[in-house]
Amino acid sequence: MADMTAPAGGPVTGARRPRLSAAAREGVAGWLFVAPVVVILGLFMLLPILMALWVSLTEWNGQGSPFRAGVPFVGLDNYARLFTEESLARQDFMTSIRNNFYYVLIVVPAQTVLALGLAVIVNSRLLKGRTFFRAAFFFPSVTSSVAISVVFLFMFANSGAVSGLLNLFGIDGPQWFSDSRGTLHLLLGALGLVDPDAPPAALTDGGPFGLSWWEWLSGPSVAMTTIIMLVVWTTSGTFMLMFLAALQDIPVTLEEASRLDGAGRWQTFRHVTLPLLKPTLFLVLTLGTIATWQVFDQVYVMSQGDPAKTTLTPAYLSYKTAFRNFDYGPGTAISFVLFVIIVVLALVQRWVLRDRDAVPRPGRRTRRGKA
Amino acid sequence: MKRATLRNAALGALAGAGLLTSAACGSGFDDKPAAPAQQSTGPASLQILIGSSGDAETNAVRQAADAWAKASGSTATVTPAQDLAQQLGQAFAGDNPPDVFYVDASRFADYASVGALEPYGDRIANSQDFYESLRATFTYDGKLYCAPKDFSTLALIVNDGLWKKAGLTDADVPTTWEQLTSVSEKLAAKGITPLAVGDTRDRIGAFMVQAGGWITSPDGKQATADSPENAKALEYVQSLLKEKFARFPKQLDAGWGGEAFGKEKAAMTIEGNWIKGALKADFPDVKYSVHELPAGPKGKGTLSFTTCWGISAKSKYKEQAIDFVQAMTTADQQMAFARAFGVMPSRQSAKDAYTAEFPGDAPFVNGAEYAQGPVNAPKMESVLADFDTGIQQLTSTSPASVLERLQKNTQAALGN
Repeated sequence: MADMTAPAGGPVTGARRPRLSAAAREGVAGWLFVAPVVVILGLFMLLPILMALWVSLTEWNGQGSPFRAGVPFVGLDNYARLFTEESLARQDFMTSIRNNFYYVLIVVPAQTVLALGLAVIVNSRLLKGRTFFRAAFFFPSVTSSVAISVVFLFMFANSGAVSGLLNLFGIDGPQWFSDSRGTLHLLLGALGLVDPDAPPAALTDGGPFGLSWWEWLSGPSVAMTTIIMLVVWTTSGTFMLMFLAALQDIPVTLEEASRLDGAGRWQTFRHVTLPLLKPTLFLVLTLGTIATWQVFDQVYVMSQGDPAKTTLTPAYLSYKTAFRNFDYGPGTAISFVLFVIIVVLALVQRWVLRDRDAVPRPGRRTRRGKA
Repeated sequence: MKRATLRNAALGALAGAGLLTSAACGSGFDDKPAAPAQQSTGPASLQILIGSSGDAETNAVRQAADAWAKASGSTATVTPAQDLAQQLGQAFAGDNPPDVFYVDASRFADYASVGALEPYGDRIANSQDFYESLRATFTYDGKLYCAPKDFSTLALIVNDGLWKKAGLTDADVPTTWEQLTSVSEKLAAKGITPLAVGDTRDRIGAFMVQAGGWITSPDGKQATADSPENAKALEYVQSLLKEKFARFPKQLDAGWGGEAFGKEKAAMTIEGNWIKGALKADFPDVKYSVHELPAGPKGKGTLSFTTCWGISAKSKYKEQAIDFVQAMTTADQQMAFARAFGVMPSRQSAKDAYTAEFPGDAPFVNGAEYAQGPVNAPKMESVLADFDTGIQQLTSTSPASVLERLQKNTQAALGN
């Protein structure tokens, strides 16, 4: 959204005499203006991050300051243990990565599609009471995630509203929060490919990073799907707003022109609207990926990693390792691995979404250059 | 990205604010009056951090601390913690721990092993009077570190109404595993869920003790998880679960066994004496009786849960702190706590007075003789949490594989 509003407010600078001292003065003034933010961010974000980075390289036991002499420095051991050593720590970490991977895999596309769909609907000129629907769809986003999580706890209780509703249709719903079965396992079982109670030895015998292939292929557990539903529902409102802003920026004339050229509704959407939404799409996907890899509140409130560790996520595991088990080094190491995962994925997304545009350009540019 | 961090920070702040306000509601208004009352000067100013079970406990400890402060001329500030483990962790890291604080038995070894605790236990007068199982719980490297505050044990709680409904009498209350199975069959035949039992080692572990096994050796140095005794216990529990004779609270839509029991969703549950207060508060109409847990192949067995009065190794007022703990752990004071918030005295000399006053609690108190305390070794938290996960999946996995995994992880944590 920031880049959309930027051009409107671009002031015309350089009207004053281009003297060096003035520029220098301007520089000083600029630094003065940003100083409060720099100091605050440095003190409360950068410094703690660097301190945590140090802790992740030590075996600090939580007694006294981690910056004293005598705190054992272990280098990258805490990180190595998460990947190379056959241990419970690695197993927990890999389980949390698996859980979060499936979570991201479902939540990000679902919330993006839903948000886009909602935005198109409330942007339509035919819809009556648009303001009402906009507010209604946006409402879950402004409500506290803790409050919503508690409401979901009640809804998905075994005698709660969801089970009651399923019962009306004669479906005996699962015991949502105590069901640790993986949905992919259930799907494979329902298709008759594999028997979930006795998986083939080829899958259970080995696998990367201490989890068997069978465990990697579990899919999100039934308990996790409730958190997925919750998050898709709450975040789609925010992203709807972003798409809505972008949709309203698209000139109506473009749409009309494509209609005159004979494009149908779907073609207009696919070939005119969607390409114009690409920057917003990137924003939404990136924000979605970051937020989903960091999921914590919902897990903390609703499940604490249970049942059977199937809602354990790296963010929650990091908290648990550091503040419950007093393993501060490994705990912070987990959070830095998470940081790297998020940065890498954000870069990948940037590359994927930019690539398609960039391909035809070089040709055009060279032609233009010659002409 | 910056936007995302901002958004997340805002989310976090919101969540934090939500938690704080809800926590503030929970703790009530009694935080305030105590502060101005503590203005008198004295030779020591003790900071006491407690993990309170509720207002009754907070007020009782405050009263006792005030009485001690008046008599000794010191000040004693009692602060109930919202999250004791986390607050203690922060205080230790900040080099500014409270002088006296509750130490839960399951976390004791973690604190003792890093030198956070002052090993003062045997400087308390008549420290031999504490139950032997509790002394063992708070002994690390041969030293009694701290004085047990009180304790609880698990017992079998029976719903009298459902019992009658199924045509059962007092004589049917199970005293062995076999009887537990047969009475479960009768209850299940009437469409009543026989037993609600928590899905962690803190409940299922009792079966292991009854079978003669445990996760570690008595000194906490060796892993003994994959013993045939433990296997027998888990196989028995598995059979109860498979027949649906035993159900986990979550399957009965309850947060813990006591809630499932209170909602009359099960005829029996295995819980500690804290269930009395919970039932009185939330389900006052449920009539129940308390019995010792059914004995297993190796006789009676139960688990004990306890807390001790830890004194910080970094306290400036260790002598006064020991004097304070001394005052808190006299038999009389323990009886006062028992009356105020329903805990059982950790001193054997208070046993008779307690059973005379609370005859219904005899099964709980008797458990002290054969109770097993929590695993007394550091760095075991994640291992035991993993074991809980195994217990939760007991219906679909084999007990042997669960124990094998526990054995492997315990060995790694204990370094043998």
